Amino acid sequence: MITFDGVRKVFPDGTVAVDNLDLELPTGKITVFVGPSGCGKTTSLRMINRMIEPTSGRILIDGDDVTSQDDALLRRRIGYVIQHAGLFPHRTIAENIATVPHLNGVNKKKARAVALELMDRVGLDESMADRYPVQLSGGQQQRVGVARALAADPPVMLMDEPFSAVDPIVREVLQAEFLRIQGELGKTIALVTHDIDEAIKIGDMVAVFRQGGHLAQFATPQELLERPANDFVADFVGRDRGFRSLSFDTAAALEVDDLFSVATGGEVLVLDGAGHPHGWTGPGLGSTSNPTPLGGTFVTGDSLRLVTDLAISSPVGIAVRVDETGRADGVLRHDSLVRQLNARRRRRAEAESTS
Amino acid sequence: MDYIANNVDLILAALGQHVVLAIVPVILGVIIALPLGYLAVRYRWLYHPLINVSGLLYAIPSLALFVVLPGIIGTRILSPINIIAALTIYTVALMVRVVANGLNSVDPTITQAASAMGYRRVRRLFGVELPIALPVILAGLRVAAVSNVSLVSVGALIGVGGLGALFTRGLQLGYIDPIIVGIVLSVLLAVLCDVIIVLVQRQLTPWSRIGGRS
Amino acid sequence: MSTTQETPYLFDPANWEFGAAGSIPSFIVTHLYYTGLALAIAILIAVPVGLYIGHTGRLAFVAINAGNAGRALPTLGLVSLLVTMFGLGLIPALIALVILAIPPILTSTYAGLRAVDRAAVDAAKGMGMRELGILLRVEIPMALPLIISGLRSAALQVVATATVAAYVGLGGLGRLLVDGLALNQYDRVVAGAVVVAVLAIVIDLVAEGIQRLVVSPGISGRALTRPSKSFPTVSPTQPRAGTASAG
Repeated sequence: MITFDGVRKVFPDGTVAVDNLDLELPTGKITVFVGPSGCGKTTSLRMINRMIEPTSGRILIDGDDVTSQDDALLRRRIGYVIQHAGLFPHRTIAENIATVPHLNGVNKKKARAVALELMDRVGLDESMADRYPVQLSGGQQQRVGVARALAADPPVMLMDEPFSAVDPIVREVLQAEFLRIQGELGKTIALVTHDIDEAIKIGDMVAVFRQGGHLAQFATPQELLERPANDFVADFVGRDRGFRSLSFDTAAALEVDDLFSVATGGEVLVLDGAGHPHGWTGPGLGSTSNPTPLGGTFVTGDSLRLVTDLAISSPVGIAVRVDETGRADGVLRHDSLVRQLNARRRRRAEAESTS
Repeated sequence: MDYIANNVDLILAALGQHVVLAIVPVILGVIIALPLGYLAVRYRWLYHPLINVSGLLYAIPSLALFVVLPGIIGTRILSPINIIAALTIYTVALMVRVVANGLNSVDPTITQAASAMGYRRVRRLFGVELPIALPVILAGLRVAAVSNVSLVSVGALIGVGGLGALFTRGLQLGYIDPIIVGIVLSVLLAVLCDVIIVLVQRQLTPWSRIGGRS
Repeated sequence: MSTTQETPYLFDPANWEFGAAGSIPSFIVTHLYYTGLALAIAILIAVPVGLYIGHTGRLAFVAINAGNAGRALPTLGLVSLLVTMFGLGLIPALIALVILAIPPILTSTYAGLRAVDRAAVDAAKGMGMRELGILLRVEIPMALPLIISGLRSAALQVVATATVAAYVGLGGLGRLLVDGLALNQYDRVVAGAVVVAVLAIVIDLVAEGIQRLVVSPGISGRALTRPSKSFPTVSPTQPRAGTASAG
């Protein structure tokens, strides 16, 4: 657990970067620091490994004050990943990853073995071990950056905008892999981003900062979207937060209609012999042999957000549910979906007011 | 050419003196410029004074520096130390700027990443910053070495100039051969120094040749 | 040119009489005349060639290697060679000065043009500029810092070489040095050395001033308000530092 205890940072020019921050980052979880630029999120992160010293207050890792330890030794026990990876251009990939073991006096052969194992873990081919950073793509460099931070098997990792410098498609892949690796390793992670979507996607807990170094809200992503503490947070998480909060519930509770109820609207779901849905036919739609595509199907484990998206984007306003074998087992009209979502919201509001 | 055959000893002596007068200042200059360049980066207020003074020293014509040095450092006018001191000044003047720029060219995110992984200052300087600055520093060293080789011969006007002695001799005799020999040897020596530094650079910085970066 | 035992050459008012033959001011004027003449000829040759190579990319190896070749050429050797071949006089010495002034200008003009952001050239093309317009209104203004630093190096190179050329009879401040050495008058030598060093430094500073005036603040970095961030970022491959000014 990382504890901020009344931490304040005033820079020499008088700027208050962090103001009286109290925060507890749970062990084994990802805590995301998010906020607009100049809100003190990066300063807060960098105070954990003493790249910046607090003006007052204490920062504790598992109860030990970070200032009670030698700064270089402290940092070797804390993994650090930054935006452009910050790889050493004059060292090979394997040498880059082995940096901290090397600093700790681990012999070359062993350090290299660690490096190769980590390359595998972050999804880099072993053949890249002896290349230099310039020979890698941005996404690959970022993987090396993560591997390098993991090399000494630190219990704590600090990540400063680790996915911001790559394009959106690579970012999604890196985020997904990062979550997979974290699932295996369970590090205590503090991650800074300016991207609220990223914060909600990968954070177990999210700390929203506002200008002047104030903590605006510290909560789970779902709570943040559904119950923003104030106008600043509501504004920061964005206008479509209602839609995005649907990500946190599955379609399991949704009531679907019988397949044959559809015919009343004139459109017909085309199934193949095995019962797999193929598309729509009917007035203004494709023929039975060449039906209009569905645009996708959902299973009970999918999120409400996906189901809503399917219903809205479907050519006939109907989302199709399938079972594990891919056979169609129900349909959901968009008006029925809206009714059910409204009912869900009412139930929640009631539950909250009575508790 | 008969001239070469008849004057082998003289030419070799001139060449030998030329090599010493050119190389010693390069070595001394680098030894002095490295810490100065580091200080210029470490303490920012030192940067502009150091770079400006270097720029002014570098502007002084070599003959002027050669002839005033004896009066300043108390050597005899014919002492080779004058030439060595003057060329060392030029090398320092050039290399302070080069070393400072080289260290400044290191991406601050990389030095910060190094600190964040637990490098202390001295180890970071030798393990991360200097190696990354090396291509810039060695490129500057090529300029310094080649310039020094060609500047030595001006020293012949005050009696100590390596191959420059062949130029003054040719002028006095109205005879072109020693001048040609001197020019060719001087240029070859400059090229040799340049090639040696390039080879050293390739050995030391294999990473800088990959991916189209220089 | 009377020197007393008490007054060193540099401080003797008789040597500073303006207009008198053999006075320090007349040597300065002569020195500046040679320097200006050689520089003008070198600019007329090197700038167009550098612009052509930089704009078209043809014959790039010439421009790239010119700087190195010029640096490796021993100035005294070149002066001696030309004088031995063509005899004493202004022309052989002037040729030597021009030859040594061309490489820094050529290399820096080429490097300046090559360093121009390709996106800016692309944008100029996209807006409908013709080749000449691109060269004059986009490439040259952006290349100006490097071109002027090349001129600066060339000027210093010429000032220094003109001093050396006094050995083969050229006038100017080198006379004080060479004659002083021949006559064993050390105070005369020092006077020449000090004046020529000051002259070189003044020329360097004036060139720097011109650079400030001519180069757009958007390119020189002066438009940036934070002084701490406007570190000069001259790399050693740039001609300012890359060309021996001493010769």
